[in-house]
Amino acid sequence: MRGRWFLMNRKWLATPYAIWALGFIVLPLIMVIYYGVTNGAGEFTCSNVMAITDPIHYKAFGNSVLIALGSTLICLIIAYPLAYILSQSEKRGAGTVIMIFVLPMWINFLLRVLALQMILSNTGILNAILKFFGLPVQRIMYTKGAILIGMVYDYIPFMILPIYNVMSKIDKDVLEAAQDLGATAFTTFKRIIVPLSLPGVLSGIIMVFIPSLSEFVVADILGGSKILLFGNVIEQEFNVLNNWNLGSGLSIVLMIFIFISMAIMNRNEGEEGEAMLW
Amino acid sequence: MKNNLVELKNISKSFGKTMVLDDLCLEVKENEFITLLGPSGCGKTTTLRIIGGFEKPDQGKVIFDGKDITNIPANKRNLNTVFQKYALFQHMTIGENIAFGLKIKNKSAAYIKDKIKYALKLVNLEGFENRKPASLSGGQQQRIAIARAIVNEPKVLLLDEPLGALDLKLRQDMQYELMRLKEELGITFIYVTHDQEEALTMSDQVVVMNQGYIQQMGTPEDIYNEPENAFVADFIGDSNIIDGIMLEDKLVEILGYKFECVDVGFGRNRPVDVVVRPEDVILGKEGEGILDGVVTSLIFKGVHYEMDVQAGGYEWLVHSTLCYPVGTKVSISVIPFNIQIMNKPEYDDERAVVLDE
Repeated sequence: MRGRWFLMNRKWLATPYAIWALGFIVLPLIMVIYYGVTNGAGEFTCSNVMAITDPIHYKAFGNSVLIALGSTLICLIIAYPLAYILSQSEKRGAGTVIMIFVLPMWINFLLRVLALQMILSNTGILNAILKFFGLPVQRIMYTKGAILIGMVYDYIPFMILPIYNVMSKIDKDVLEAAQDLGATAFTTFKRIIVPLSLPGVLSGIIMVFIPSLSEFVVADILGGSKILLFGNVIEQEFNVLNNWNLGSGLSIVLMIFIFISMAIMNRNEGEEGEAMLW
Repeated sequence: MKNNLVELKNISKSFGKTMVLDDLCLEVKENEFITLLGPSGCGKTTTLRIIGGFEKPDQGKVIFDGKDITNIPANKRNLNTVFQKYALFQHMTIGENIAFGLKIKNKSAAYIKDKIKYALKLVNLEGFENRKPASLSGGQQQRIAIARAIVNEPKVLLLDEPLGALDLKLRQDMQYELMRLKEELGITFIYVTHDQEEALTMSDQVVVMNQGYIQQMGTPEDIYNEPENAFVADFIGDSNIIDGIMLEDKLVEILGYKFECVDVGFGRNRPVDVVVRPEDVILGKEGEGILDGVVTSLIFKGVHYEMDVQAGGYEWLVHSTLCYPVGTKVSISVIPFNIQIMNKPEYDDERAVVLDE
């Protein structure tokens, strides 16, 4: 009987994951919430969450939102035309280009940021090339620009893939039907391709914007300590100042913001928009 | 005398090294239901796409309503296409789908509203304006595709295997629907299919194509009763195609037996292909016909029985409402009118090919 139950009910196969999720997702989350709403003595308080009203905190939060928006926008501007061209071209050629964009994803994230540092720094490769051609040396490192470049570089595959996915699924017949009904190439693009690719765009925006919001490693390495992002503030509260309560409180603020933006984007997705890639 | 609405003049088209159409000429008259019929890869869809403007011929001209439109893009041609897989705009409602072409032509809102109503009524889907295509069945979607095309009042409607994705019963219903639409609209239909029954049922003219060439063009009756070569005979319905020798006018020798026929002008002792439709083979008691044979298989098909009869060294395909069990000794005869004589093909291209379908 027992052995039979084992074969019939395959839910037990999920046990390893359930243990993992409990230990590394659910428990830490509960702890973050617990620390967030208590003070050092274990008493309930809202002050950790309300600490967002401190100018240092909300300025860092603003920086994070701005940079996340900026990198999302730049990713979209680069990825959308590329995905469009790729979806219209032959499958084999498109696969190779997609491969080139996805390839960096296989290499460790930190390594990639460090490589960017080598390229962008004042005595780095980029400036060496500029110098060679007698052009003025650019001070890119430790600016918002450097952080943006780093984020776009890291996140652009997450924008290209979902958009390319939806676009390559648009039936050629549908485009021909639009043409058949008198639409020019531009009208077909505006009225057919753009609306049909929106679910992919939305998915790409979510996959770039949300992780960008809590980014702090890129800001650390490429931004130095000059530009403080919200992720840096939280990280410092935990690692430097050892104030877990304040760190957790600010994390809760960030989580609530993420939930709200997800809710807004999911509502816009409408009933038939299928989620791509995630 | 009706005018030619569409003329294809010496059209050739290759994809890479594959020749799809070779020097094809075709004339389509006003208000005609013309069907391009042939097996996969015969060039029928390419022909339609060239008329629609989705492919450019390597050589030749497309004349539409007296004007050369060979170099005019699809969106500037006054004809519309119904695609095999409907190709509806999934992100729009049915109403928006139908209005698409009219909005591009900047028609007034009132005009568009009227047209949507009219078109939906025409395809028997009144009140569907605000539904999304995904909520409709295949047959309904195809009707919307037709409605979307005809509101633009094209002079020609191109239909690329529009019933190919539907099941048998629905396909038959839609055949009548299309014929009715054709009558009500009074426009030219150019229809592509590989289904010979569909072609025979609906068309005024059938163009049988194979390997980039037109094999025969004519009314459904002509094509069925008087196939010009073995390919057409084989493709349109089942046939017994047997080697024969035309002994003299109105007398042909098949499998060593003499059959009377009605064909003249083939000369004397000339090798020919002889076509006998399975429903034209008359079975009788042994010794009462022209040659004797044995029934080797029997299948009940509903309307008739399908039998194989081994006679004279050839396996005859026979359709009959009478049942002869396997092993029955029978005689075979054919009335002269039902024997169709064809010249042997001069080119390889015209040779009958074995079809999977």
